[in-house]
Amino acid sequence: MTHAVEVRNVRRVFRTRAGMRTPERVVRAVDGVSFVLPAGDVLGIVGESGCGKSTLARLILGLLSPTEGDVLVDGRSLASMDRRERARLIQPVFQDPFSSLNPRQRIRDIVGLPLAAQGNVPAAQRRDRVMEMLTRVGISSDLADRLPGELSGGQRQRVAIARALVLRPRIVVCDEPTSALDVSVQAQILNLLAELRRDFGLTYVFISHNLAVVEHIAIEVAVMYLGRFVEQAPVDALFREPRHPYTRALLASVLTPEPGLGIPDVGLGESYPDPANIPCGCRFHPRCPLVIERCRSEAPEGIVRDGRLTECLLV
Amino acid sequence: MNSVLEVANLRVTFGNSIAAVRGISLTVNRGETHCLVGESGCGKSVSALAVMGLLARSAHRSADVLRFQDFDLTRISERGMARLRGNKLAMIFQEPTTCLNPAYTIGSQMAEVLERHRGVSRARALDRAAELLGRVGITAPGMRLRQYPHQLSGGLRQRVMISMALMCEPELLIADEPTTALDVTVQAQILRLLQTLQRELGLALLLITHDLGIVARMADRVSVMYAGEVVESARSEALFAAPTHPYTRGLLRCIPVPGSLRHDEPLGSIPGMVPRVAPGFAGCAFRDRCAHAIAACAQAVPRQVAGVGHDYLCRLPSDWTRAEAA
Repeated sequence: MTHAVEVRNVRRVFRTRAGMRTPERVVRAVDGVSFVLPAGDVLGIVGESGCGKSTLARLILGLLSPTEGDVLVDGRSLASMDRRERARLIQPVFQDPFSSLNPRQRIRDIVGLPLAAQGNVPAAQRRDRVMEMLTRVGISSDLADRLPGELSGGQRQRVAIARALVLRPRIVVCDEPTSALDVSVQAQILNLLAELRRDFGLTYVFISHNLAVVEHIAIEVAVMYLGRFVEQAPVDALFREPRHPYTRALLASVLTPEPGLGIPDVGLGESYPDPANIPCGCRFHPRCPLVIERCRSEAPEGIVRDGRLTECLLV
Repeated sequence: MNSVLEVANLRVTFGNSIAAVRGISLTVNRGETHCLVGESGCGKSVSALAVMGLLARSAHRSADVLRFQDFDLTRISERGMARLRGNKLAMIFQEPTTCLNPAYTIGSQMAEVLERHRGVSRARALDRAAELLGRVGITAPGMRLRQYPHQLSGGLRQRVMISMALMCEPELLIADEPTTALDVTVQAQILRLLQTLQRELGLALLLITHDLGIVARMADRVSVMYAGEVVESARSEALFAAPTHPYTRGLLRCIPVPGSLRHDEPLGSIPGMVPRVAPGFAGCAFRDRCAHAIAACAQAVPRQVAGVGHDYLCRLPSDWTRAEAA
């Protein structure tokens, strides 16, 4: 059986230099990630800023090529596909609907662009498919001739979703799709994404820093820290019994609206992860409340037990 | 008298087209955290800026009462206001990166506050800055004082902002979305710090946020804002136990809470979007999104009492939620 997405030991390194004389910064944004995503599943990827989750999204979309390793979509290497073919299989929805839509194009043209780019869809059919998709995501047809600037954030995100789905792809990579939205609108968009997945049989890679949102939509969850999956498990297992100390800290810092519980002590100290300067040994050890001497020198291997992956010496 | 800040019927308009704040009233007491919660565009930040006297020139502010300690802020001169700001009345903002001057060291920016307001020497001001950085959990404060903002992570920068706000031992601290730009783990650390400082120093804290999770964990008192009005105000326990305004109830249903919903069950959501309200708008601003709206909602709606210190702005009786559940 072919998986919707298969990522094989992917690494991506960025080299930057601030000026002529400054030393080169080597950022290992994604540092050895492997996973398989069966068709119809939702993989939620959580992690803090700078952990490499957006770089991973771009690698899966084929917008960046890996320094090492391979990304397979629908059983075939992304490197072997051309852009049109890739676009028919996998599509993105990005965080900021203010910058991901061309401000000078009408909504109908924005949503129609993927069809036009395929080059083999007649104009009349394009128009019908655009209108059909706009209706499907809850944008009324009288908005089709508007510009993105005339729409609210929630409406713009609906347009971005329509554009992603107009080619009827199998996989959608959502990178923080609701982070720029207000809570009342976020709920509308999450419900819409869940509905569309059921109706079109989609597979999602769903990236977010918001654990509650991921818990709601994902089937499998991966926790990313400085370029690696430090824990991966089915959503219920991960939230019921987090194994990695970092996952525990992340879960502890979710502030649910329950008065009287106060603010939890997550016990992470003040050091902050820097992907240009990954600590040796376990990459989490400078912040880990359970750190032991071994963690400072020995990098943990991923251990798979009961269908769950954990990368920690103490597990 | 315990109240540090008292606001009654505060209004802010921008020209003839935008009524950003439409008659809000609130008090913040010594040692108390008052949370102002609402979605973007509801007027919560503008309210804070109005209190601080930091509104843009195009804004028009009016209030029946705008009192900080013994100062009537509606009559105070710009110079008098400048003496209060950063001194007894401090504010921290969402984005610490844009609030710190990139060209000066942390130490020089922190020391300036004390030199300016208290006239102390640079050396003594730096001592105080180092002490406060230690107080907010920064190790090696001496080294940090010599660093520039870009050398610090977002969490550290926000700690610097907090300690800078505390330089002159303020009576009231206004924090406008202080953790929105931070990661969740760092957010928890910063909020915990604010809570501890507030208790130990007896600060009055006006905390502005869109996050009901933060409200639940931090607030003594909550005011829910919608389209420039406080639509519900109560002690925190009362608000979460018996939210009464349809908007408050809707907002609470929108939040995914781990473990509370079956997978695949849709979240509650509020249809439509927050309206832009112009001066002269009448009636309930939420009526277009409200399932309980009737024609009468287009006229002035009453502020009603739902319990001790708990009021809401809606025509529905306070027990409507029970009637609905039955």
